[in-house]
Amino acid sequence: MIRIENMHKQYIMGETVVKALNGIDLHIRAHEFVAVVGPSGSGKSTLMNMLGCLDTPSSGNYWLEDSEVSELNEDKLAEIRNSKIGFVFQGFNLIPKLTALENVELPMIYLGSSSKERYEKSKKSLENVGLGDRLYHKPAELSGGQQQRVAIARALVTKPPIILADEPTGNLDSKSGDDIINIFKKLNDEGNTIILITHDNHIAMKAKRVVRIMDGKITEDMEVG
Amino acid sequence: MGTWQAYRMAIKSILSNKIRSFLTMLGVIIGVGAVITAVAFAQGSTKSITDQLTSLGTNLIRVNIRARNSNRDVKYADLADFSSQNLDIISAIAPSISGNVTLKYGTIIKDTSLIGTTPDYALINKRSIQSGRYILSIDNDLRQKTAVIGSAVKNELFPDTEPLDKSIKINGEIFKVIGVLEEVADGVDGTDDDQVIIPVATAQRLMKNSRISNYTILATTAESVDLAMVKLEEFLLKFYSDSNSFNIFNSAQMLDTLGSITGIMMGVLGGIATISLVVGGIGIMNIMLVSVTERTREIGIRKAIGAKRKNILVQFLIEAVMVTGIGGIAGIILGVCAITIIGKMGLVPAVYSPIWIFVSFGISLIVGVVFGMFPANKAARLNPIEALRYE
Repeated sequence: MIRIENMHKQYIMGETVVKALNGIDLHIRAHEFVAVVGPSGSGKSTLMNMLGCLDTPSSGNYWLEDSEVSELNEDKLAEIRNSKIGFVFQGFNLIPKLTALENVELPMIYLGSSSKERYEKSKKSLENVGLGDRLYHKPAELSGGQQQRVAIARALVTKPPIILADEPTGNLDSKSGDDIINIFKKLNDEGNTIILITHDNHIAMKAKRVVRIMDGKITEDMEVG
Repeated sequence: MGTWQAYRMAIKSILSNKIRSFLTMLGVIIGVGAVITAVAFAQGSTKSITDQLTSLGTNLIRVNIRARNSNRDVKYADLADFSSQNLDIISAIAPSISGNVTLKYGTIIKDTSLIGTTPDYALINKRSIQSGRYILSIDNDLRQKTAVIGSAVKNELFPDTEPLDKSIKINGEIFKVIGVLEEVADGVDGTDDDQVIIPVATAQRLMKNSRISNYTILATTAESVDLAMVKLEEFLLKFYSDSNSFNIFNSAQMLDTLGSITGIMMGVLGGIATISLVVGGIGIMNIMLVSVTERTREIGIRKAIGAKRKNILVQFLIEAVMVTGIGGIAGIILGVCAITIIGKMGLVPAVYSPIWIFVSFGISLIVGVVFGMFPANKAARLNPIEALRYE
């Protein structure tokens, strides 16, 4: 499903060149639950941006579902993000003035779905994460755990092949964090491919496969549980 | 993303910040309102003057003597002689002395304009009498203190009584009302209904002005106007050394002059309108830039979940155009209200101009596109990663 070969990414910061990714090779199959772990500065955020098609590598290849995406332009990448990737962020990243339902509808607006389809799928998606009674609440009226569940509902609403979660429990207390991880586990059991980016070893160990990254290179790749 | 969605988003965004949106619109509201109002009154006053000129017909010639201190001033009698020698081209001539006077009847006081003239004036100006009689030659010969009043004067001085044979005071002197003019402009103040006509000889004394400098001449046909003007000039040059001492002009020339004045007036209005709309547009651009910065994170989120550049551009552009469009509509409503209110007060005639309403609405939309483009483009070009990180 995902194949990355010899991926490099360099940033120029003033006069120094920062090698954020330094020859990454990674292969992720469908239905996997992978955690990418590393301390800050390890390059995991850069890898997540690459995996999420938010950025393009300096060199190397990235096949996503059999299409090479490393050299696509901004609008093509937007299309891929829209249809193939569901994002869950640390800071939830919901739009404050929109209701839970409207937030979940957003990806479908850019997909061009009809309003009836949007409403039905978004409502169902929110019900799936246990927020069927919070459709018309604004993010500020929801707890952190509930907001993150709205974000998950948004990530799932277009039924993307990959769910990409960047520190999804980082802003949550441990109880809510466990709930979110359990939702990911359940989604994985239902057949979704999940990539979890975290610095927290404890969280990472709840995935089925752990990829450790350090100084822009993969140092360990192991199956767990 | 359908356009309808973009409109919904724009409405939502405008409503979520009502006061700011309103203040942003204010520039456009005032600009459009002012344009519509100003144009209506400019066109209204032009129309009333044009109507007046065209109703008089095209065979009218006006003579205005400018020279003073000339030892051989042309007299009314000289011009009357001249016209009686040229009956084939000139059918009537009327001198006029005009001024502003105060009328008084009982306790009612009214300011109006006075014209001192001869019987031919009614023929030339196509005014007929509603009741009583017009000025006769004998009134002039005997310097009678007789007056013919317009309907606006009658309505004010004699609301309930019959004005004929009543005595009124004009600037303190007693005159007898001998006739009332047929109404031509709904008896509105400031029009041809708001005047009093007295014999020219009496007017010379009343206004303490023995010189008559204005004459209105009626040519027999429209074709004889040019010949009459040439002959008049020849005749007047016998009295004055050069043709700068007098003016001879016909109604076509007056319409031309009026047209160019109207042109200048519209140009000035257009300039003011452009400036006010540009100022309004800059205000909109400013607020949209602030809005883009404030919503950087929102833009990042939208981009991350699949919005293309075009989607973001359209969203912000529609928001800007909607602000100016709503501002334009509000400005039109404001302008129309102002026209109606000022029109009701009867101060100035106004003409609603649907073309200008459409034009100013169109311009306000264009202002939205032009000044919304830069902020919208800025939003569309944001890098999604950096936008998501924005605090």
